[in-house]
Amino acid sequence: MATAAGWFDTARDGEDLVIAIGGRWTLEAAKSLDASLQRLLPAGARSARFDLAPLEELDTAGAWLIERTRLAFDAAGVPVTISGVHPEHAQLLDRVAEAGPPPPPMVRARKVPGVDFVAGVGEGAVAALRQGRDLLGFFGLVILTALGVIARPGRIRMVSAVSHLERVGLNAMPIVGLISFLVGVVLAYQGVDQLRQFGAEVFTVNLVGIAVLREMGILLTAIVVAGRSGSAFTAQIGTMKVNEEVDALRTLGLDPVEVLVLPRILALMIALPLLAFFADIMALLGGGLMLVVLIDATFPQMMQQMQDAVALSHLWVGLSKAPVFAFLIAMVGCFEGLRVSGSAESVGRLTTQSVVESIFLVIVVDAIFSILFSYMGV
Amino acid sequence: MTEPERDRRAPAISIRGLRTQFGRQVIHDGLDLDVRLGEVLGVVGGSGTGKSVLLRTIIGLNRPRAGTIKVLGQEQARMSAAQWRRLQVRWGVLFQNGALFSSMTVAQNVQLSLKEHTALPQRLMNELAALKIELVGLPADAAGKYPAELSGGMRKRAGLARALALDPEILFLDEPTSGLDPIGAAAFDELIRSLQQSLGLTVFMVTHDLDSLRAICDRIAVLVEKRIRIGTMEQLLQDDHPWIHEYFHGPRARAALGA
Ligand SMILES: Nc1ncnc2c1ncn2[C@@H]1O[C@H](COP(=O)(O)OP(=O)(O)OP(=O)(O)O)[C@@H](O)[C@H]1O
Ligand SMILES: [Mg+2]
Repeated sequence: MATAAGWFDTARDGEDLVIAIGGRWTLEAAKSLDASLQRLLPAGARSARFDLAPLEELDTAGAWLIERTRLAFDAAGVPVTISGVHPEHAQLLDRVAEAGPPPPPMVRARKVPGVDFVAGVGEGAVAALRQGRDLLGFFGLVILTALGVIARPGRIRMVSAVSHLERVGLNAMPIVGLISFLVGVVLAYQGVDQLRQFGAEVFTVNLVGIAVLREMGILLTAIVVAGRSGSAFTAQIGTMKVNEEVDALRTLGLDPVEVLVLPRILALMIALPLLAFFADIMALLGGGLMLVVLIDATFPQMMQQMQDAVALSHLWVGLSKAPVFAFLIAMVGCFEGLRVSGSAESVGRLTTQSVVESIFLVIVVDAIFSILFSYMGV
Repeated sequence: MTEPERDRRAPAISIRGLRTQFGRQVIHDGLDLDVRLGEVLGVVGGSGTGKSVLLRTIIGLNRPRAGTIKVLGQEQARMSAAQWRRLQVRWGVLFQNGALFSSMTVAQNVQLSLKEHTALPQRLMNELAALKIELVGLPADAAGKYPAELSGGMRKRAGLARALALDPEILFLDEPTSGLDPIGAAAFDELIRSLQQSLGLTVFMVTHDLDSLRAICDRIAVLVEKRIRIGTMEQLLQDDHPWIHEYFHGPRARAALGA
């Protein structure tokens, strides 16, 4: 391209200021033109004339720079005439002139550090309360819908529930198993290490057995499942929300809670107890193997010790929490998914929030269970 | 104008023997197409015949199974990553559903490529973005809104503003006027026409809108039987392929074309 970059020349013609505009007034030249045009003042001129005859190429950036300069001259009380416009540029110049000056940029509310912090705390607290209230409302909605479906069992979406069961249950087994096994190993190792000081390393079996069956197995499983499946629920439903699929369901006379939420909750409530049981077995296996290595006991001996020391009730205490946790995780996951609005960004934000919230709730409810069980004396 | 280049009439886009398929479904087979520099080409065809896929293939979002695609004289398959980047700056794309970035305001959407590819001062970028937004006929207060807060037609306009941000040489439009009210659609046509004339833009426009075809397209490419048939409106009116005949002589066409 042999053509010159954009340039302009100013000349005096009596009281007239003549500005010749030539070369390529395009986006590439805009930066340097912008700087020099801003310094251009119609000092002392009565009127100005822009001569566009030498102009070779023009795009919207160039046209805007010309128009902006014209507006600036106008504002300074110097009327501008434009001459020598090439026919192929005329339309663009007209369009840009028609568009007029851009509106002043929106003024964002100014930030005051201290006040903002206090306001942020307040807003956060109110939002958290509102969130709790909405979640409670959603809980009620889910229960009501579930009762309606139970009354007419034909409406349970079995195909959907089974496919979710595979994804949240079967497919989670490797990771849940591995983590539990390793935690069993770690518990046994730490237990032996500490108890050996009293010569009581045999009781590590009690420690591992009770800790795993009552708390660790179910808690670990719940946390892994919250991260794995609760987040997936939010992302799936949230994406459907963005695509207006949820609205489409409603207009087709289908209830999103019934179609999307209940199958997921059902699937997770079946899957989590099974996963937790599997996790218990794997953790005991890991702990047992570690003990065989660390203290010279045989495996049958340890089974015996375990049977003597650990009552079956511990297993039931642990597993009884699983359906409750499953319900919480699935409900929060679906709830956050349905709260998505509009953008892909909100899917991401609410997915994170769903995981954090469900893990928080799981631990809070676990604490409540502990108090409850200690009252009941189990 | 860079006359010598224009006069040689090297096509802006040149496709030879294009074949695209998804799995076993063949979309295009032996498709040839030349888009001349500075023309507005309308691409029509039934739903699902592969107009959007053709557009996506030309801009490199979809790998063809066979054939060559040259855009502005450069062959797609033989380009380095750096050449590819430089070429991408020379075209603007409006996707069928706008494809605005949902985490950014309209103004930020428009400024994104300016920020990425130029070193303009922020003030000028703001002005240019506001100008583009104004040019495509959006109200000024749309600039600060997020895509989720816009109507379908407004999203389309915002998408066009983004496509125009760098004053591209080729504009790819996928159904730009669908979802616009007739007055807005006519204004859109006029806008594309005036930009095309003053900038020497080449426009590749997928459309179903007979009015825009008549108003602004220099030639029309019809996608039938996995290939392109191209011609002016007059030539295609004479074409006796059943689909093309139905398209240009059906009740809607008669109403729109007054034929
Ligand atoms: N990513 C994909 N995977 C598989 N098939 C696809 C994909 N994208 C498009 N197709 C198929 O290619 C064909 C052409 O699709 P395309 O979107 O190009 O249609 P179109 O001509 O633009 O139609 P419309 O006018 O409705 O927009 C369709 O049959 C579609 O099913
Ligand atoms: Mg399409």
